[in-house]
Amino acid sequence: MIINSRFFNRSELIGFLTLALLLFVILPLSLDVFRLNLVAKYLTYAFVAIGLVMCWGYGGILSLGQGVFFGLGGYCMAMYLKLEASSVANTKIQSTPGIPDFMDWNQLTQLPFFWKPFHSLPITLAAIILVPAFFSFVIGAAMFKRRVGGVYFAIITQAIAAILTILIVGQQGYTGGINGITDLRTLHGWDIRTDHAKFILYFVEVILLFACIVAAQFIRLTKLGRILVAMREQEDRVRFSGYSVANFKIFAFCAAAVFAAIGGALFTLEVGFMSPSFVGIVPSIEMVIYTAVGGRLSIFGAVYGTLLVNFAKTALSESFPQLWLFGLGALFIGVVLAFPNGLAGIWQDYIQPRIDRLMAARKNPTFKLPDNSVANGAPAE
Amino acid sequence: MSDEIKGGLKSPLRRRLLAGMAALPAISLLPRPSWADVPATSAVNTTGLAVTDTDVTVGILHSVTGTMAISETGSVEAEKLAIAQINAAGGVLGRQIKFIQEDGASDWPTFAEKAKKLLVNDKCAAVFGCWTSASRKAVLPVFEQYNGMLYYPTFYEGLEQSKNVIYTGQEATQQIIAGLDWVNKTKGAKTFYLLGSDYIWPRTSNKIARKHIEGHLQGCKVVGEEYFPLGHTQFNSVINKIKLTKPDVIYAIIVGGSNVAFYKQLKAAGIDLSKQTLLTISVTEDEIDGIGGENIAGAYACMKYFQSLDNPNNKAFVAAFKKMWGEKTVIGDVTQAAYLGPNLWKLTVEKAGSFDIDKIAAASPGVEFKGAPEGYVRIHENHHLWSKTRVGRARADGQYDVIYETADLVEPNPFPKGYQ
Amino acid sequence: MFGDYSLSDLGAIFAMQGFAGLILFSVYVLMALGLAIIFGQMGVINMAHGEFMILGAYVTWMTSNVFQKYAPWLFPEYFFAAMILAFIASGALGMLVEWALIRHLYKRPLDTLLATWGLSLILQQAYRSIFGAREVGVELPAWMMGSWQATDSIQIPINGMFVMGLTVLITIAVAYVLFWSSWGKQVRAVVQNRVMAGAVGINTEKVDRYTFGLGCGIAGVAGSAFTMIGSTGPTAGQLYIVDTFLVVVFGGAASLLGTIASAFTISQTDSTLEFFMSGSMAKVITLLAIVAILMMRPQGLFALKVRK
Repeated sequence: MIINSRFFNRSELIGFLTLALLLFVILPLSLDVFRLNLVAKYLTYAFVAIGLVMCWGYGGILSLGQGVFFGLGGYCMAMYLKLEASSVANTKIQSTPGIPDFMDWNQLTQLPFFWKPFHSLPITLAAIILVPAFFSFVIGAAMFKRRVGGVYFAIITQAIAAILTILIVGQQGYTGGINGITDLRTLHGWDIRTDHAKFILYFVEVILLFACIVAAQFIRLTKLGRILVAMREQEDRVRFSGYSVANFKIFAFCAAAVFAAIGGALFTLEVGFMSPSFVGIVPSIEMVIYTAVGGRLSIFGAVYGTLLVNFAKTALSESFPQLWLFGLGALFIGVVLAFPNGLAGIWQDYIQPRIDRLMAARKNPTFKLPDNSVANGAPAE
Repeated sequence: MSDEIKGGLKSPLRRRLLAGMAALPAISLLPRPSWADVPATSAVNTTGLAVTDTDVTVGILHSVTGTMAISETGSVEAEKLAIAQINAAGGVLGRQIKFIQEDGASDWPTFAEKAKKLLVNDKCAAVFGCWTSASRKAVLPVFEQYNGMLYYPTFYEGLEQSKNVIYTGQEATQQIIAGLDWVNKTKGAKTFYLLGSDYIWPRTSNKIARKHIEGHLQGCKVVGEEYFPLGHTQFNSVINKIKLTKPDVIYAIIVGGSNVAFYKQLKAAGIDLSKQTLLTISVTEDEIDGIGGENIAGAYACMKYFQSLDNPNNKAFVAAFKKMWGEKTVIGDVTQAAYLGPNLWKLTVEKAGSFDIDKIAAASPGVEFKGAPEGYVRIHENHHLWSKTRVGRARADGQYDVIYETADLVEPNPFPKGYQ
Repeated sequence: MFGDYSLSDLGAIFAMQGFAGLILFSVYVLMALGLAIIFGQMGVINMAHGEFMILGAYVTWMTSNVFQKYAPWLFPEYFFAAMILAFIASGALGMLVEWALIRHLYKRPLDTLLATWGLSLILQQAYRSIFGAREVGVELPAWMMGSWQATDSIQIPINGMFVMGLTVLITIAVAYVLFWSSWGKQVRAVVQNRVMAGAVGINTEKVDRYTFGLGCGIAGVAGSAFTMIGSTGPTAGQLYIVDTFLVVVFGGAASLLGTIASAFTISQTDSTLEFFMSGSMAKVITLLAIVAILMMRPQGLFALKVRK
C-alpha cells in the first residue's frame, strides 16, 4: 500500500496501521468464526459511522435517518439474494413457483416490476450505490437549497426513517413486511452461510472498509473537506466567499448515504437477512452514538467506537441483560457531557501527549507503541 | 395466605424449589426413569451436545429488554417453571436440566446471533424461545444450518414447517376457523369487520378469516378490513366507520400497546361489548392486565388456553406458576404454550431414548403430553400440535369464562389449501 | 361507500368524525405543548419527552392504586389529584435533569438530542425494573368512561371531552404564564437575547430550570390524561416522540400559536384520511405531506424571528 507522508500525518499513519493490524491479523487469528462474524456485523455499522464523521463531524449535518440508507443498501442486496434463493426448483411447493415465498403468501402471482432488475448482479451492485445516492440527493437538494439545517434536518430525517419503516412493514407483499427478507442462501451461486464464506466475507468487508477510510481521508484532505469544516464553523462566511454551501452539504450527505448503503449491503451478506428494524429511528440513532463514542471528528475513532459499543452491548447483554440499557444510556450521556470528542478526543488529549513525552524522554527513535495501546484507546486521526 | 408469608421469608431459590415440589403430584404420574437406570452419556448423545452424566444444558432465548419484553416475560417464566418441575421430578433421562438464558433484546439479528451462540458455543440440546414471527424467521436458518431444536410458543400465521422447530402454539387456521364457525352458529353473525395491526400475523390471519367467511359460511360477508401501524393509539376514526357499517362481529387482531388504546376508546365511544359481538384472537389474559378488565368485559377471545380452564392439570399448573412467580401474575395462551415446550421435549427425549436432534425430530410426531394445562396435546407429523380451540368471554376481573370448546382436537394445517 | 346510508346516519357520523378529529387535535396539543416550550423557547431537543409523559402515566396509576386502597370513597375524583401529582413529579424530574445534564449543553443543541436519548433509555429501563415489563392498566372512575348521548345516533366519548377541556385549560394557562406573567416575560427575554437578559438582572439559569421543569410537568399531565385513551408501559413514550416533534417543527418552533395550528392541521388530515383509507396508509401520507411541506417551507407554519 502506498501511503505518502502528506496523505497521513504521523499519528494518522500509526492509527491506520494499528487498525489494519487489528482487523487483518489480530482479530482473525484470535477469534473463532462465530465471533469473527459478530465483528463483521459490527463493522457494517462502521461504514455508517465513517459516513457520519464526514457529514456530521466535518459538515455539521446531523442525520438521524442513516438507517434509511443502510436499509436501502441492505434491501437491494437482499432482493438479489432472495431472487436467487427463490428459483423455480426451490419454490415448487408454492402456488406461483419462482417468486419469493412472502409474495406467494400475499397472493402475488408475478414479480413486481421493481424487483425484476435485481435478477442481475451488476445491476444490483450499481443499485446499492445509486438508489441511496439518488434518495439522499433528493432529500439533500430539497433541504439544503432552502437552508434547512441543524435540528430541523435531524428531525426531518428522523421522520423519513419512520415513514420508510411504516411503508416497508405495510407493503408486505412487496417487501416481506416486518419479518423482512429472510432465508438468503447464495451469492451468485456461492453459499454465504458456510464458515468458510463468512471468513472470506470478513476480509472482503475489511478491505472495503479501508477503501472507505481512504476515500473519506481523501475527501477530508482536499479543498472540499476544508470547505466542509469551514462551513460547519461559519456557514455565512463560506457563502459570502462565493461558495455554494448547499452543494457541498449535498455532497457530504450523499457520500455518507453511499457509505451507509455499502454497510447495509454487507450487513445483509454477513447476517443473512434484512428487516425493517434496521431502517427505523432507533437503529439510526444508535449509529449516531457509535460515531459520537468514537469521536465525531475522527475516521478511525468511528471504527473503534462502533466496535467498542457493540462489544459492550454483546458482553453486557449476555451477562447482565437488565443492565444493558442503563449502560448504553449512561454511555450516551457520558460521551456527550464529558467527552464530546469521544475516544479519539481522549486519545488526543490525554494519551498521545504522554506517549510523545515518553518518547522524547527516552530519545529512542526505534521505540514502538506498547501492544496494549490497542485496547486502551483509539488512535486519533 | 400464611403459605405466602412463609414463602416470602425464605430464599428465592428455596421458594422456587418448593414451587417445583408443589407440582410434583401432577408430574409424578408420568413415567420417569429411576436413578438406577440412567443411560450412559455416550449412548444418548452422539452429536456432541452439552450433556454430561448428571445434567443437560438447554437454552432460553427471549427478549427481556426492548419492546417485546412485555410479551415475552410470561414465556420465560413458564419455561423456567417447567424446567424446575422436571428437575424436581428427576430430570430427563436421569439428568438435571441446566439452562442458559440469552436476551434477544427485541432485535432480530440479536436473536439469530444468540441462537447461534446457544447452538455453536453452548451446544444446547434444545432451545425454548422466540415470540414474534420476525425473530423466528431470523433464527430459523440458524437452527436448520446447525441442526438445533427450537420450541416456539406463540400462536402464529402458519406458512412454515421445519424439522428443527416444534410449534407449541396454534397456527392460524386452528385458531380462526373454529371461532368463526362458532360465532356464525351461535350468534347468527353475517357481517364481519376485520381489524389488525399492520404486520404479517394479523394480515395472514385476516386473509384466512376472509376466505372462510366468504367461502365457507353461508351468506356471510366482510364489510371492512383495516390495518394500523404497530403502536398506533388513535382509533376514533375506525370506530366511527364501525358505527357506520354496523357489523355483526368486530374481528380484532390488534397487538401490543395499541390494544389498550383500542379497547378504551371503543368503550368510551359507547360501543357496549355486551351487545356488540367482538371476537379477538390476540388478547390473552396478559394483555387484559394492561387494557383493564372493565374495558374489555364481554368480548370473546378464541384461542386454545385460558387461565380459568377447569381441569386438574391446569389447577396444578396455575397454582405452581403463582407460587413461583407471585400471586398477581396471570397466565395467557402463549405462556401455557411455552410451558409445554420443556415438557414435550422431555417426553420426546424419553421416547427417543436420546438427546440427538435428529432422533428427537423423528420421534416428535405422536408424542402426547397428558399433563398439559390445556388438557391434552399431541405432536403432528408437521411438528405443530393437535389441540382444542376454545372461546372465552372476558370478565371484568381480567379472566375469561370458557363458553365453548371444540369437541375434538383440531388438526394443525400450516399450509391450508384454499386459504392461501 | 355512502350510498346505502340515510342522511341522518351520515350526519351523525360526520359529527362524530369531527369530534374524533378534535380529540386527536387535543392529544397532539397536549403532547406538543411541553415540547414546544422546551424546544421552542430553549432550543433543547428533549428526546426523553415521551418518558416524562409516561412518568405522569405511572404516577396516575400509583395514585389510583393508593386511592383505591386507602380512600375508595374519593376514587371518583382521584384523577384530579393524579394530574397534579403527575405535574409535580415530571416537573421535579425535569428540573433535576436540567440541573444535572441540560445546562451543560445549551451551546450544543444537537448534543442535547443525544444526551436526552440516553436519558430516555435509562428511564425506560428504570420503569421496566420498577413497574415491570408489562403494561399496567389504569382503572378510571366510572364517570369518565362511556359516552354522552348527544342525539339518538351521536355519541361523544366523555374521556375525549375531558381531554379536550384539559387541553383548553392548559393552553390558556401556558399562554397566560408565558405572555402575561412577569416570569413569562423573563422567559421570553432570555429566549430573545440571553446576554442582554442576563445583563438586566434576570437570573437566566433559574429561568432555564423552571422553563424546562414547566415543559416536563406539562408532559406529565399529558401522560396522565393519556391513561384514558392509550397504554401505559415502559416503552409507550417512544411511540409519541416522532409525531410530537413533527407537530412542533411543523408549527414553527418558537411559536405557541404555530404549535396549535399545526396540531390542528395534522390531526384533521390524519383523522379524515383514516376515515377513507387504512390506518397505515393514512399515517404514511400524513407524514409524507408534513415532510414535503417542511421541505418547501422549512421555518414551519409560523416563524418567529429570533436573534441567536
